[in-house]
Amino acid sequence: MQDRKSPVTIPPSPKENWVPRRRSDTLFFLVMSGISSCFVLLIILLLVADIMFTTPRNFYDALSKPEIRAAMRLTVLSCTAAALLSVWVGTPLGYLLSRYSFRGRWIVDTLVDIPIVLPPLVLGLSLLILFHQPIFGLQLESTFRDSFGIPIAYSWRAVVLAQFAVACAFSVRTMRVTFDQMNPRAEEVARTLGCTRGQAFLQIALPQARRGIITAFTIAWARALGEFGPILVFAGTTRMRTEVLSTSVFLELSTGNLDAAVAVSLMMVFLAVAVLLVLRIFGAGLNT
Amino acid sequence: MIELRNVTIRSGAFVRKGINLTVPKGEYAVLMGATGRGKTTILESICGLRQVQAGQILIHGRDVTDWNPGDREIGYVPQDLALFPTLSVQEHLEFALRLRKESRAAIAARTRELSRELGIEHLLKRSIIGLSGGESQRVALGRALSFKPTVLLLDEPLSALDEATRNEMHKLLRQVKESLGVTTLHVTHSEAESESLANRCLWLTEDGIQERPAQSRHY
Repeated sequence: MQDRKSPVTIPPSPKENWVPRRRSDTLFFLVMSGISSCFVLLIILLLVADIMFTTPRNFYDALSKPEIRAAMRLTVLSCTAAALLSVWVGTPLGYLLSRYSFRGRWIVDTLVDIPIVLPPLVLGLSLLILFHQPIFGLQLESTFRDSFGIPIAYSWRAVVLAQFAVACAFSVRTMRVTFDQMNPRAEEVARTLGCTRGQAFLQIALPQARRGIITAFTIAWARALGEFGPILVFAGTTRMRTEVLSTSVFLELSTGNLDAAVAVSLMMVFLAVAVLLVLRIFGAGLNT
Repeated sequence: MIELRNVTIRSGAFVRKGINLTVPKGEYAVLMGATGRGKTTILESICGLRQVQAGQILIHGRDVTDWNPGDREIGYVPQDLALFPTLSVQEHLEFALRLRKESRAAIAARTRELSRELGIEHLLKRSIIGLSGGESQRVALGRALSFKPTVLLLDEPLSALDEATRNEMHKLLRQVKESLGVTTLHVTHSEAESESLANRCLWLTEDGIQERPAQSRHY
């Protein structure tokens, strides 16, 4: 008679006595932060270099110039106007692109991005041509100037328009992403409760998009602040009239006044940081 | 009464033809069927969020096929509830009444009455952020019932709730059914919900919508 088979024994695993240890993540964080810090360091070094180059005296001298003060005033006003216009246009356009499928949507989507990819000088030149080229027998510049008494090119309006042309593209992108991230079902439910599409947009979508609107405004404002090429071509750099801080840097550089150029550059940095901080604190909270 | 006559619905590549459905006035019907058959699409068509390609949708005998969603006077609770993130609980209950330009006193009275019925009086001042699943369900139901609709459409409203909360909501929905007598179409996958709440059980199959007796409710 055959013996009953002895029970199968599983050979001990070589890892049986192995106790898992918590592995260190230090290397991961060192590599990631090492790569990331290159860019942050570059920005810090740029600012430090500017600060080291200039002195409080340079600031005082630059600020005591009436043309720099006028440029600063026009910069704040034109950037704010361009950012407001960008949000005003970007919000409905971003909403339409996000919520509706319509014939030719991809064309509109592509067109919106053109100011982002177009060389700035080309955009300025295009604006100049648009206002001076007769279209169907109508020349925009002369129509605005003669019929309404409002000249556009080489005036502060051209500054705003040039800034708006680029800033709005960023605003549309931001607003589209904002609406993409929102549940459209809430607006649909609002419509079943009695809202028209307009009411659903104003009462449900828009309040939810508040942070997106603030972000769009901030990005548009910052983009408008840095705008130079289109302003140079379309609005010119007339001191006390169409000069903004970005063109001040150019004018000071072109006259060999490097100290003033750096001082104005730093003013732009401070202005941008101040606006970003104020908007962040009052709009979205510091933790975002 | 809800009536769909030979309705065709298209949503992208999804097409559903020849949908016929009747829910008599004051009845509570559940609509069941396998996932992807178009139950939600049917509800969206009834409340006007999705246009039908053909056929008629009648509410209490009136052809509302081309009416705007807001004119149909239908209370709708979608599966994800879609509460309004920027509004408080009270503002949810007041929303439809404000749109109808009801007086302040009428809005306050209705909000009080509804919040008491739904057991959410203590939540009125709260934001909807941070509400539990059951509380959110009550708010969504309150928002849908606030303007006293004659038809209520519920799209799997209890699917994400735990057993205890679901039982509470069953009780609440039964109360709503008995006190308001609103004609209800409730999409669900749950046999228990169907047995607990429905006067009639409708099944959406490949061939259309069929009414089935309780003993053969399997899919």
